[in-house]
Amino acid sequence: MIRCDVVVIGGGIHGCSAALNLARRGLKVVVLEKDHVGRHASGANAGGVRTLLRHEAEVPLALASREIWHDIQTELGDPCGYHTVGQLAVAETDEGLHELEHRAERMQTLGYSHEELIDADELKTLVPGIAATVRGGLIAREDGAASPYHTTMAFRQAASAKGVEIREGTEVDTLEATAGGWHVRAGETAVEAGFLVNTAGAWGGRIAGLIGDEVLLSWFLPMMMVTARVEPFLEPVIIGTERPLSFKQMPNGTLVIGGGRPATGDRETMTYRPDFAGLKATAETVRDLFPMLGNVPVVRAWAGFEGHFPDEIPVIGLSRAAPNAVHAFGFCGHGFQLAPIVGRLVAELVTEGKASLPIEAFAVDRFNMTG
Amino acid sequence: MNVNASFDDSVELAIIGAGPAGLSAAVVAGEVGVKATLFDEGSGPGGQVYRAIEDSGKRPERSSLLGEDYAKGSHLAQRFRASGCRYLPGHSVFDIAPDGGIGVLGPDGARWIAAKRVIIAPGAMERPVPVPGWTLPGVMGAGAAQTLLKGSGLIPSAPVVLAGSGPLVVLVARQLLAAGAQIAAILDTTPRANYMSAAPLLPAAFLAGNDLRKGLGWLREVKRSGVVWHSRVSAIRIEGGEAVEAVSFSAGGRRQRIACRLVLLHEGVIPNTQLSMAAGIEHDFDEAQWCWRPRADAYGRTSLEPILVAGDGAGIGGADLAADAGHLAGLAAAAGLGRLAAGDLETGARPVMALMERKRRVRRFLDCLYRPRQEVLAPPDDETMVCRCEKVTAGELRRVAAMGCPGPNQAKAFTRCGMGPCQGRMCGLAAAAVLAAASGRSMADMGHLRIRPPIKPITVGELAGLDGVGPPPAATPPMPTRPKDETGG
Repeated sequence: MIRCDVVVIGGGIHGCSAALNLARRGLKVVVLEKDHVGRHASGANAGGVRTLLRHEAEVPLALASREIWHDIQTELGDPCGYHTVGQLAVAETDEGLHELEHRAERMQTLGYSHEELIDADELKTLVPGIAATVRGGLIAREDGAASPYHTTMAFRQAASAKGVEIREGTEVDTLEATAGGWHVRAGETAVEAGFLVNTAGAWGGRIAGLIGDEVLLSWFLPMMMVTARVEPFLEPVIIGTERPLSFKQMPNGTLVIGGGRPATGDRETMTYRPDFAGLKATAETVRDLFPMLGNVPVVRAWAGFEGHFPDEIPVIGLSRAAPNAVHAFGFCGHGFQLAPIVGRLVAELVTEGKASLPIEAFAVDRFNMTG
Repeated sequence: MNVNASFDDSVELAIIGAGPAGLSAAVVAGEVGVKATLFDEGSGPGGQVYRAIEDSGKRPERSSLLGEDYAKGSHLAQRFRASGCRYLPGHSVFDIAPDGGIGVLGPDGARWIAAKRVIIAPGAMERPVPVPGWTLPGVMGAGAAQTLLKGSGLIPSAPVVLAGSGPLVVLVARQLLAAGAQIAAILDTTPRANYMSAAPLLPAAFLAGNDLRKGLGWLREVKRSGVVWHSRVSAIRIEGGEAVEAVSFSAGGRRQRIACRLVLLHEGVIPNTQLSMAAGIEHDFDEAQWCWRPRADAYGRTSLEPILVAGDGAGIGGADLAADAGHLAGLAAAAGLGRLAAGDLETGARPVMALMERKRRVRRFLDCLYRPRQEVLAPPDDETMVCRCEKVTAGELRRVAAMGCPGPNQAKAFTRCGMGPCQGRMCGLAAAAVLAAASGRSMADMGHLRIRPPIKPITVGELAGLDGVGPPPAATPPMPTRPKDETGG
């Protein structure tokens, strides 16, 4: 029997970040991970560190997280492969440009200045080689990119150094509310904890259900591709406006291409296959935007299981069903950037019962408000 | 969708690979009326073992030096040409789906093809031999040298050092000598202990047929030629700045050094499993052959109904066994397609299976005798390069193992080992072996690198032009650009 203050279920980047921040507040933390740390979305995402085009509810969190990213070395003692290179949404059509203008206006109205419209000329200077037909773009110059698995491991190492115990290959079977908190059974492992944190990603719905919070969490498998190395030519991360695309050049010269087109797979068996119809469509977008890259070989395609809610934002907050549980899961394919700040918010929720940033939009019961 | 008229959208039986297994499967499929299409990366039937076989008539001198086994391929190629199988040379397969869909890249571009049955017959590849200096120009596989000899008649001009263990070392030595090449030395790395462990299997192997006697004949021939032969060689180190200058090694209790510009390494062959892994077939680790192999029944049928495996790609047996396996897989595919009754399948298979069982006795002996030594499987020197694409050393892997890195798939993210264009074909086994040794776990525990298509590089332009796929699935947006109330719905 393991006794601890907080049991964290799910050893992805959010679980490790929460564990680290809880341990920094002096709590004894145990992380239970059904596979191994960073096995799914945390290790398989594209590594974008993006505030650009965030859902309005996420903007305050993303901006706060950005500050931590800018000094990630201090936060974790590891550079995490992070570089501030900017993220840039490009419009291929007038309609797309219109959409970006509308967005920029809206951000201004809300008092944000991190997203900035640029015209086609500046865009072409920033991104040499981009198709001459682009209309303009929206840029967040302080955004960047990092190495996803490496970063997840850095959170893990930092958490371990603070005394967090991480149990891998340990899948939760049952949760039982006790007088003192929770009794968790996971195969051979039994844990008594005062508090429970659900950071189980695409499997977070099951854990929420065991706690008593019913949510309809679906999942998807955004695909990514990587190419052979090419001469450095691209600094900012390129985001599609009309067509799904996320496109970046890594420091080693490879191009990482994503955008959200899904692979087919099965969350229960945790297997998937890339969908070549989707890869073709993504390759078309790249070819159209960067005609000079037509001859670059794609060497690998992959995907990771992401939790997904219909309103495209995660659940973050206290359980409604139980007094001593916190959720942070279902990040819909854009949780990587948020991990540094959400870990802090989770620690606040556990120790103080409230968060220092607005999280009402992420309430676990938001879908049954009307019911 | 732009339909390319030279292709059918669907194929009854797709055969991948034109070595003995693929060709035999095509021949047998033709006999029972299956419409087969064979996709071959090469430019003519034969695969690696019978490379350029159809040119052998034009160049009798090359074929005679390659020996009578090579000539066997000629006959098979002729039967293949007469089989009615559609043959597509210059076509590589970059993915296989569990439903039998295959992604094919040819001179006319990329296309997704639906096949009712697929026989994967990709053959073997040389086991990479990560010794210090193995990535220097001037080092190549003995099998690769043989390929150059078969395909282009290229003969090394400077004296070569041939280092390693296995039947191919002797065969290549014999072929090089016959072609007039100079061999500076043969460094036989077969450990003494292997002779002891293989000895009990020798009688059965001898009784199984002529192969072993033939091999011993080659060995005598090579030794009699006066070539310098060092036995029980270990700790090979290839030296040089820009290219190979010398090879040093331990033998007879002392370090020795031979100046040379070309070193041919060989420590046996292993199945080429990229396609079977990409398809999602289960693989088991074969301790005797120290490699992964797809799980399949005696006919090559896998857990995925439409997909069969045959030949060395399913476990090393050599050309003859591969042809037999191709025969069985061809029959089983035909039965699966309803072109052959179950009873006829068994009747047709029985004599082939009996023959195969006999040939396997030789293989078991060879597996035991030529089992690579540990220093080849998991390089002991920290500076030895394991992943040549991404320049990851054994020491780097041991460092991440010490940090708690549990296996090769995780080591990728730490070190990029296995993430280069070869997709871990060259480093996968050695990297796993280094991690296994460092953490005291088994290879089966380590698992193999997950193979992610495309398993053959396909350019952005070729992928953008991929034919035969439907419309893309709706993307879940990576980010919501605007809340719904703003967009009006």
